[in-house]
Amino acid sequence: MKLIDWLLSDPTLVYLTIPLVKVAIIFVVLVGSVPVLVLFERKLIGFIQQRPGPNRVGPWGILQTLVDGIKLLLKEDFIPPGAVKPIFILAPLLALVPAMLSVTIIPWGPPIQVTIDGIAHTISLGLADGISVGILFYFAATSIGVYGIVLAGWSSNNKYSLLGGIRSTAQLISYELALSLGLVGVLLLVGSFEINALVDSQAGGFWNWNVVKQPMGFLMFLVAGFGETNRLPFDLPEGESELGAGFHTEYSSMRFAMFFMAEYMNIFTFSAVISTLFLGGFHGPIDPALLGIEVNQWIAAAFGVFWLGGKIIALFFLFVWIRATFPRLRYDQMMNLSWKVFFPLGVVNIMLTAGIVAFAPDQPAVQTGALFVAGIAQIVGLDAIANAAKRRALGHVS
Amino acid sequence: MEHLIPYIAIGMILVFAAGFAVVNSLLGTLIGPTKDNPAKRLAYESGMVPTGEANVRIPIKFYMVGLLFLIFDIETIFLLAWAVVFKGNQIDFASGNVGFTQTQFQHYGFFAMAVFIGVLMLAEIYAWKKGGFEWS
Repeated sequence: MKLIDWLLSDPTLVYLTIPLVKVAIIFVVLVGSVPVLVLFERKLIGFIQQRPGPNRVGPWGILQTLVDGIKLLLKEDFIPPGAVKPIFILAPLLALVPAMLSVTIIPWGPPIQVTIDGIAHTISLGLADGISVGILFYFAATSIGVYGIVLAGWSSNNKYSLLGGIRSTAQLISYELALSLGLVGVLLLVGSFEINALVDSQAGGFWNWNVVKQPMGFLMFLVAGFGETNRLPFDLPEGESELGAGFHTEYSSMRFAMFFMAEYMNIFTFSAVISTLFLGGFHGPIDPALLGIEVNQWIAAAFGVFWLGGKIIALFFLFVWIRATFPRLRYDQMMNLSWKVFFPLGVVNIMLTAGIVAFAPDQPAVQTGALFVAGIAQIVGLDAIANAAKRRALGHVS
Repeated sequence: MEHLIPYIAIGMILVFAAGFAVVNSLLGTLIGPTKDNPAKRLAYESGMVPTGEANVRIPIKFYMVGLLFLIFDIETIFLLAWAVVFKGNQIDFASGNVGFTQTQFQHYGFFAMAVFIGVLMLAEIYAWKKGGFEWS
């Protein structure tokens, strides 16, 4: 207790102690979430494919991923003789570290007021949710993660790895545009990069969520996110049915485990980011104040964690569901999807959104309604174009 | 000082994450066995003896798309900057020193961006018709 007393004794030290505690919590949650997510995914895919999934180690197989981790730890850490050694060693670090950094911008609930030694502190339930660049930090951090994959593929001295690395580059230049164009619509409505401003603008109820105002932006961001996290149908760098294990074919032991952890952390973070941007963040579907219920700040914070956590789990369920049901795209198909469909459509969405914000009457209900109709119209139009293209392609064959 | 705290926190988690990653890399080397044999030294090629080097020149079929990406990605950065100020939340229109209303500001922003996007789409259509997105 001496240590805690000392840390709380000096105001400047308190400024360091609070972030340190938050860093420790985020770190434990992030590292602890990986085995849970992996088990959830394997169980769910087992259920979809009508087999039990892991069920031997521990009740319901809950210890399976833990045992897998220990197995990886005890395996030989092998560096191929032909590999470029420094880059081969650096690549997993480049994948894992940004994956752990990018989650810091997520706020998990409304801020809490506490008084320590007579000094009032406002503690935000997020590590770096106050930074002014906000969402751009997420883009910056995840972009560095791609270097890990490309360099791993290049340095392995293996043809499969090299192809995986090249495909990762091809994938990057496909999804990045859709990702930022999907974001622009939200920025138009909120007018700030700051995460707290983005979340606060969606308070009140689910009709204020950006998914209602930006259905097309949400769709683009979600599809691009599957590319960003290297998940099926866009898991081209790995492509285990074509490339062995893709970019990490030559990796073993804990170096492989680091790529593995980075992938699941990226999914976790991406789910949190898309929840924060489009699905109301830590806000519930209905603000308790509207129902005449007053909650104190601790309960509000608990509900914030509950809602955001629930949204992350729901989105992870979607990730696994799509992995279990969709075939992988070829990478020229993915480029076509991005450059010939999402880029023109994203630009149309941006101009429609800007037009409605500028010219529609300045009432929230009118604007939300117009934005919703415009977004749904775009999705219906996209579906019609896709169906026409499919008919044309099928007619061409027969 | 207050506004620097988030960056301190990012620095802290950077240290944590880097430490975690380095420890992970070292653990595998320290705990795992090291048994060498000639077959293990070969690169993995689905169980066959590898043919030739992996450091060969590989045709990048999407070279032109890569170049177009560099251009269009910078255009989207302009879009992000424009989107944030589009509503004019950062400007104090009520003070009367600005010279135009918020609505006028938004109309101007819309038409200015319409011209920019028009030129951008011309470039996109040109690249498309020239076969810039096709594999060469």
